[in-house]
Formats: sequence, structure tokens, C-alpha cells
Amino acid sequence: MDGLTKKLYKLIDTEKYAGYILILPNVIFFFIFFVYPFLSVWFYSVTDWDLFSPLKFVGLSNYIKLIFEDDLFRKVLFNTLYYSFVAVPTALFVAYWLALLLNRAIPGVVFFRTIYFLPNITLMVAAAIVFSWIYQPQYGLINYILQKIGINGPNWLNDERWAMPAVIILENWHALGYPTLIFLASFQGIPSELYEAARIDGANWWYQLRYVTFPLSTPAIFFTLTTSLIGAMQTFDSFFVLTRGGPAYATTPISYYIYQNGFEWLKMGYASAVAGVLFIFIMFITLLQWKLRERWVFED
Amino acid sequence: MELRFTSRKNLREAIGDIGAYIILLVFGVMMLLPFVWMLSTSLKPPDEVFTFPPEFIPKHIAWDNYRRALEQIPFDRFFFNSFYIATTITIGQLFTSFLAGYAFARLKFSGRDVLFLIYLATMMVPLQVRLVPLYVMMRSFHWIDTHYALIIPALASAWGTFLARQFMLTIPKELDEAARIDGCNYVDIVFRIILPVSKPLLATLGIFVFIGAYNDFLWPLIAINSIPLKTIPLGLIMFQERIYLETPWNYLMAASTVSVLPLLIIFILGQKYYVRGIVTSGLKG
Repeated sequence: MDGLTKKLYKLIDTEKYAGYILILPNVIFFFIFFVYPFLSVWFYSVTDWDLFSPLKFVGLSNYIKLIFEDDLFRKVLFNTLYYSFVAVPTALFVAYWLALLLNRAIPGVVFFRTIYFLPNITLMVAAAIVFSWIYQPQYGLINYILQKIGINGPNWLNDERWAMPAVIILENWHALGYPTLIFLASFQGIPSELYEAARIDGANWWYQLRYVTFPLSTPAIFFTLTTSLIGAMQTFDSFFVLTRGGPAYATTPISYYIYQNGFEWLKMGYASAVAGVLFIFIMFITLLQWKLRERWVFED
Repeated sequence: MELRFTSRKNLREAIGDIGAYIILLVFGVMMLLPFVWMLSTSLKPPDEVFTFPPEFIPKHIAWDNYRRALEQIPFDRFFFNSFYIATTITIGQLFTSFLAGYAFARLKFSGRDVLFLIYLATMMVPLQVRLVPLYVMMRSFHWIDTHYALIIPALASAWGTFLARQFMLTIPKELDEAARIDGCNYVDIVFRIILPVSKPLLATLGIFVFIGAYNDFLWPLIAINSIPLKTIPLGLIMFQERIYLETPWNYLMAASTVSVLPLLIIFILGQKYYVRGIVTSGLKG
């Protein structure tokens, strides 16, 4: 062995250095493509730049414009909150009941679980194209089914009132399998002695749900609630494919607004300021989760 | 008395089970309906697409739609691009996550916990927040409109590292200690001891990363312009925009079916690993 090989050998034989060597490839990519862009977005957010002319510092004026002058941004915020706070609770509510049914230890559970999960792995772009056909006003499947039960279906994607519900239905169809799976796993982790004890005390189905299943699944509920809300704040693909943000910006959420400002209107600084606001929202949800977790979640 | 009580209870349970089946079935049909409708439309000849009331089984099955749809845009090219990009990203992330996951879980070095905390913190930063700086960086590297822009930034991820670390924590520490006593260095341990028992981790992570990379849309939409470099989601959008006026839904559904098919196959084959990955990152995270 020559000197260099010996030195290298010594490095990978020392716990500390081996650790640094093994994380190095990961850390390089991570810092260049994750940490640096996250830090520099705050720098871009105080500039005015169209990628081609020289970059101009504008201080906090992007943020001031965003908060006090931009009516479109107000609409975008409303859309984002409307979407997130309707789509997520409905999906979680349905998923919770489905998981309760799947937890009855009946045959065929794996079959149903697979079917519920299929939409989740399907690429959103293809799913949204299929749904745009389903939402077609004259020949679409949904309006046909609605007609069968005596309802005159709307012109889903071109109606300001119905475009958002259309996106929510698609997204919930796509998402439902994930919280169902998490809830089911959390139910299966509840020790059966607790149910036996409850039954001996005479607790019926509802009391078992209220005093055993529900409190013991609060960590799963909190986990899915926060991850789904954070995911909902970033939803882009379905909006892009289904509505392109329209009609009349009725379905432009914050992530679409970042895309538009940056890559359709070439306002890099302004897009970065919007991105900053999105990050603050997400951070707020995360912090809220930590705080509420301490107070509400039952953990042993 | 005792007997009647039990049988009544069983009857109630049986009714409950039947009710559960009915609800599960209704939701199952709702989940499958879009797939069935996609497949059905994709096989209809043009004169049957706009029939009302809609028919699920076409009178004449038009297999030809698939050939024609795939002729309209270079779909074979998009498929090749998507597969090779997703495969490269998967191999890269398995490599970086596996090594770093081992170090974070099983080796002591100063700064380790702070560094891992930074990884955890960036897990809540979405791509949209990094979008502008990442684009500017790629532009300065002259990587815009090349596959480098899609592949290289995706070769490591906080999420993959986290999942790998969680898995490594469950491997008994005695394995490493025994190998150390036998004179193995740490690189030997990683490749000879840990790698063979990490197959479930690699399967789980591999499926997740592949599906994620295959489905990726926003970043390729921004980073790629040239048609020969596009991936499947971009190809579908191109198709959607190009045929917007006459909208031959049967072709569009045929293209969608073809793009969804690989995912369904991967999921059904690797379901065990996929479900495990979700449950691990969901409940212990």
C-alpha cells in the first residue's frame, strides 16, 4: 500500500471521517439545489428583474404592493384558502369513515385499499385531462349522471362558481387513498385489549369510537391534516391542466400565481415575493401543528 | 337467553358488515369510474365519442385510435425521455440517500444533528418557493432546455434521506459492532453488511422516487421547451393544446391510458413496498 491509499483507508476507518465522507455527495446536492435557492429567494424578493435588463433593488416595495395594492393577489389568496379549507377537511372526513369501514376485518380489505390508492399514483396531468372530458357540459359523464337524478349539470370548467368545486372533486378523487391508508394503519396500531376493556364496561360502537379509536388516532389525524394542508397550498398541476387558472382568475391559486408572475410575465422579483408569502403560510401551519400537538394529541 | 343474545349480536354485526361492503363498493366504483371511462373513450371510433346517453362499451372497438394518437406527437420519444430521466434520478437518489441515511442513523460526527435538522426543515419548503432562484441558477449553468436541469437538481432529496435514516435506525446495532471487531472499516460495513439487509428500503424508496419523477410537471414545464426533450406530462399538455379546437377525446384518452399504464403496473407489483413507505413516513415521522 502506498501512502495515499493508507491515508484513505485510515479515513474510512475513523467513525467521524467516514460519516463526513458518506454524507458528502448528498450534502453537496442538497446545499446547492435546496438550501441556496431557499435562502436566495428572499434576496430576489426585494428586486425588480425581468431576467434580461439589469437587476434593480426595490426594497420592500414588492411586499407592499402585494399586500396593499394587488387586487388579483387578494383573489389568489381567497382561492388558495377556499380550495385548501374545503378540499382537505372533506377528503379527511371521508377517508376517516372509509378507514373505519376497512378496519372491520372483513375479507377483501387489501382489494379495496388498492383500488382507493390507484388514483393517487396516477399522474395528475393525465387524470386532469380525463376529468376535463368527464366535466364536458353536453357529453360529459358527470352531467349525464346528474341528469339521471333530475339535476341540470353546470358548465363546470367555464363557470366561475363551479370551476373550483370541479378542481376540488378531481383533487379529492386523486388524494383520498393517502389519508385512508394512514388512518387504517393507525387504527391497526391500537391494542385490542383497549376495545375488550371498553366492551366489558358496556361501551357500544359509538362509545368505542368516541373514547378509544378517535383519541388514539389523533396523531394520524394531525399528521394528515397538516401534510394535506401544506400540499393543498402548493397545488398546481390540476389547476393548470383543468382550468389554466380561469375563468376570470376564479381558480388561480398562489402556486399558479408564482408561475404566472415569474414565467409568463417575467416578473422574477414579484414572483419571489409571492413565493415568500407562500412559505410563510406553510411555516405558520407547521408551527400551529406543533403547538396544537402539545395540547390536543394523545400520545403515550 | 344467552344464546339469543349472541345470535342477535351476530346478526347486528352481519348487517354492519353488509352495510360496510355496500359503502366500500360504492366508493370503489367512484374511484374506478374515471379509469373505465378513459379506457372506454379511448377505444371508441369518432362517431361514437359524442353519443348521449354515454355508452361504456363501444359498439366497434377502434384499436386504431392508439396508433393514430401516438402518431400525432412523438410519444415514443417522450416515453424514452421520461423513463431514462426517472431511472437516472432514482439511481442517484438511492445512492445519495442510502449513504447519508446510514451516516445520519449510525455514525457519530460533530454537526450531525444540526445538519439533520436542516434537512427536516427544508422538507417543508415546496418547489414553488425555490422556483425563481433554481431557474436563474440553471440559466447561468446554461442547463435550461437540457435534461441536466431535470436530472441533476433531483439527485438528492431531504425526504429520501429522512426515509433512509428512519429505516437504518431499525437495523440492530450489533451487526455493525460485530463487523468492526472482525476488522471491517465503515465503507465495508455499508456495502457488505447494511446494503444486503436494506433491500426493502431500496425497493420502497425506488418506487416512490421513480413515480414522483415520472409524474413531475411544474419544473419540466419551466425548464424544457424543445419538443424532442419533453417528458410524458409535457407531451400530454402539448397534445391537449394542439387539438383544442376539434378535441378528439378518443385520441386524448388513448394517450392518457398509455401514460398511466406503466404507473399502474409498477404500483400493483410493488404495492407492498409502497404502502410500507407511506406508513413509515406517515406514522413515525
